Amino acid sequence: MWLDYLSVIFILTNFVLLASSRLGFCIKAVTIQGVVLAIIPLVHEGDHLGVASLVLCAVTLAVKGYAFPKLLNGAISRARIRREVEPLVGYSTSILLGLAMLVFGFWLQSRLPLGGNDGLLLPASFFAILAGFFVTIGRRKALTQILGYLALENGIFAFGAAALPEHPWMLELGVLLDVFVAVLVMGVAVFRISEEFEHIDVDRLRSLRDPVGEG
Amino acid sequence: MSQTILSIVMFILTLALCPLLPGIVNRVKARCAGRTGQPLLQKYYDLGKLVRKDVVYSTTATWIFRACPVAVLGGALAAALTPFGRGGALVSFQGDFLIWAGALTLARLFMILAALDAGSAFTGMGASREAWFAVLAEPAIFLAMAALAVISHQFSMTGFFLALTPETTSRHFMALLFAALALFVVSLAENARIPVDDPTTHLELTMIHEAMILDHSGPDLAIIEYGAALKLWVMASLAVGAAVPVDIGSWWLDAGCFLVGLFVFAVLLGIVESVMARLKLNRVPQFLVGAAVLAAISVILVARSA
Repeated sequence: MWLDYLSVIFILTNFVLLASSRLGFCIKAVTIQGVVLAIIPLVHEGDHLGVASLVLCAVTLAVKGYAFPKLLNGAISRARIRREVEPLVGYSTSILLGLAMLVFGFWLQSRLPLGGNDGLLLPASFFAILAGFFVTIGRRKALTQILGYLALENGIFAFGAAALPEHPWMLELGVLLDVFVAVLVMGVAVFRISEEFEHIDVDRLRSLRDPVGEG
Repeated sequence: MSQTILSIVMFILTLALCPLLPGIVNRVKARCAGRTGQPLLQKYYDLGKLVRKDVVYSTTATWIFRACPVAVLGGALAAALTPFGRGGALVSFQGDFLIWAGALTLARLFMILAALDAGSAFTGMGASREAWFAVLAEPAIFLAMAALAVISHQFSMTGFFLALTPETTSRHFMALLFAALALFVVSLAENARIPVDDPTTHLELTMIHEAMILDHSGPDLAIIEYGAALKLWVMASLAVGAAVPVDIGSWWLDAGCFLVGLFVFAVLLGIVESVMARLKLNRVPQFLVGAAVLAAISVILVARSA
């Protein structure tokens, strides 16, 4: 029951990510996703909580609930951007595509041989993977693309939690470390790019030339 | 027999109390802004004042413009079909929710035609926007209705809400919440509330509903304003019915809870209006598509557990 409520929050944050042009709001959505993901193993295991899952929960909470928003908010304040101005796919279209992805997620759940898994978490995780992927390719700003990448990773994490409840936690911790490093590097890269070019619009980074005025 | 009498009482109560809702909304908005605000009964005073005034018609206006106050008839028809929580509606039959939406749309159609008929540029602009947003709000309403229909296996609005026993409610808690949320968002758009339209603006270029009725005056305007209040009540009834399916047992207590639910709805509306800014016109479709998606999630959740 509680797992379903958490899954619904997870689904809604994905819609926020698809629908909102404000980067600050998107960062909040991804943060909430991270916090929900941190709680899910606790709800899953219920009474017989292992030390491993407690550690995983704490680390997830620290990385996704604290470090990422701090890094990303720092990046947007230094790069001085507030919103995604001209997305490649409009917001209304994105929301409707998001609905299609969600339906696809439910369909996929009914097709997958994961016996007895009829909760909402599995379709929610497919949805997060697809939505994250979509945001990574459908938006222009490097920062939104990082957020898409994070949602994608959250989806994979949620899939792990839904499909294999007793999965090896060490693997998850390893993935978390990878993602952390990636976001750290991307956050710094966004800052450097915006410092150099006064924008972080990846479309305009394709034309390479010497910086103007520095001979 | 007694059920019929109670339904008639409720229908009269609806007609009598609906101008109270805008009063509550305005009061909450004033409180949030640190003002004392209008009296709760302001809408009644306004209506009384307008009724005593004369009507002025534009020289370009034809009978369509004069027929526009018929709009309120559509609203009243819809009100007769709207169930008062679990109390049941005055009139109820299979598929009555289609007539319900049709009655509201008929009211809107006449308002739009009258706005175009008046020959003013502003009213025409308002009419165009009203038509645009109404089309976008429709999917959300019908998807939310579809969710209720699947939950209750009924095709009348009274049936929708009578089927919400404690068991069905706890089983479909999430779906009902989403349906109510979608209906809430739609009622913001349908009743010209803030994220979509600003009811207090004084600039015709940014108005939607208010721009459309600029040329009406006197008793005609009173009827249209009353119709708007009735529509707010009717839309609120649906959202409250889905969100708060109280079943205490005593009919009077249920009805009392429902009335309180409606007033809470008005307070929520006031809070939303206080904390949000009006959306840019080209962002409104996105807002309404969001409402449709909420309703669609509700349908998906119901369809899975059905």
